[in-house]
Amino acid sequence: MLTIHEILETIKMVQDENLDIRTITMGISLRDCSHPDVETACSNIYEKITRLASRLEEVGEDIAREYGIPIVNKRISVTPISLVAEASQTSDYLPFAQALDRAAQAAGVNFIGGFSALVHKGFSQGDSKLINSIPETLSATERVCSSVNVATTRAGINMDAVCQMGQVIKETARLTAKEDALGCAKLVVFANVPEDNPFMAGAFHGIGEPECVINVGVSGPGVVRHAVERAHSSDFGALAETIKKTAFKVTRMGELVGRTAAEKLGVPFGIVDISLAPTPAVGDSVAEILEGMGLERCGTHGTTAALAMLNDAVKKGGAMASSYVGGLSGAFIPVSEDAGMIRAVKEGALSLDKLEAMTCVCSVGLDMIAVPGDTSAETISAIIADEVAIGVVNQKTTAVRVIPAPGKKVGDHVEYGGLLGQAPVLAVNPFSSDRFVRRGGRIPAPINSLRN
Amino acid sequence: MSLTKDLPKGNRIIVSVLGLDRVGIISGVTAVLAVNGINILDISQTIMQEYLVMVMIADMEGSKVDLADLKKQLNQKGQELGIRIDAQHEDAFNFMHRI
Repeated sequence: MLTIHEILETIKMVQDENLDIRTITMGISLRDCSHPDVETACSNIYEKITRLASRLEEVGEDIAREYGIPIVNKRISVTPISLVAEASQTSDYLPFAQALDRAAQAAGVNFIGGFSALVHKGFSQGDSKLINSIPETLSATERVCSSVNVATTRAGINMDAVCQMGQVIKETARLTAKEDALGCAKLVVFANVPEDNPFMAGAFHGIGEPECVINVGVSGPGVVRHAVERAHSSDFGALAETIKKTAFKVTRMGELVGRTAAEKLGVPFGIVDISLAPTPAVGDSVAEILEGMGLERCGTHGTTAALAMLNDAVKKGGAMASSYVGGLSGAFIPVSEDAGMIRAVKEGALSLDKLEAMTCVCSVGLDMIAVPGDTSAETISAIIADEVAIGVVNQKTTAVRVIPAPGKKVGDHVEYGGLLGQAPVLAVNPFSSDRFVRRGGRIPAPINSLRN
Repeated sequence: MSLTKDLPKGNRIIVSVLGLDRVGIISGVTAVLAVNGINILDISQTIMQEYLVMVMIADMEGSKVDLADLKKQLNQKGQELGIRIDAQHEDAFNFMHRI
């Protein structure tokens, strides 16, 4: 029989410590939707998504009520559109994105991921058309999220793609300038992208995935922060133990919700993504966990070590709690979505360089980072190149979601509200990387990729 | 294989009550459960500072209402008594605290 203290612990996590299920994401294969005629392909896409996801919203609400745990988002990921649209006789992929947008609206989800291309070794025709369509797509649609994988440990870094993505990000910022370059918040450039990630904006339904699947992303920075505070006088061994136990409990909730949702929807259960995902809500911050370990501000010396230890303990606890762990599964450090990160940047404790160092030991990368509006496409490409190099060499996922905020300079901020939050503009290095990123070609795969 | 199916079968819920102690809390909550045909299996309570914390494990097998309706009725009773009453499926707690 459960004890009163166990029951109270769970209730407290939800009531006071922001425990929630961040997202239930339904992955849908669109591979059977291809058609030479664009209109037919788009109506196939709309029909399939709305049919499979028709009960997603309702089932999510039911589970939240039954178990008394909030489920913040219900979302959809689909097969990379570069693959689905390639058979169609067109060079403009906007209609496909509009079909996704309409389907997401009809299904009642706020984001749909998969306007994506995998180009780590080179571009197919569909990949090039998709990437050229990204800026217009992100300005003309509301719910569609886009991602491009430009590097893997096995293939190396496609520097042509890195160079082009700098321009795509700049153009997306220009077309969505009125909304503080909101389009850039829906665009992620990846290395070693996972195929089963439930979190936006980088979610898509990979080609090794089943027809339809349910993946779940848990949350819980607030719960971990409280546990860290309670362990304030422990040494690192005891602290790691506390974090592991807490991560275990948080992940169990994700496992329960994912399995129940899959059962109710009649589709297979995929994975639990055990990432610590912060929100702008007070107390739901990864930065505050690091500060709770004894750092005056996130970003000061010791931050990388603290994050490495946190990330590892969360994985150890989470892996025990779920039968299938996948997706990104590490601590997120999105600047705009984390009140503690925002404060650390504003007070000068946290810089772009330190954030880059932190991404060596956690997922996912330089996330939701605003840079001055006059930052060149080449500098953005160079920022991407640095970040994907970390992923490629360390055999992990890294990503860049950067916002060159039009008309903004260091000291200003961009404001999105909601889960996307507020991003202070960070300084970039003033020296040029132009000649480096324009060199073209592919950086060969590192020696540690030769594992056979 | 479903992990959720490994849990004890049935339709057991946890009713939690939190608020300033006063006369009539237990009778108020149990009346709502009795009217709906819900059998109480276990009650435990404790006082934390000046707050009453009460937890009941109850069986909804013979219940006349579903969990969503019951939650509404309990919330309403909670408002009358000036306390917070909630009901959740037992699995949420079992899954977190039992391996």
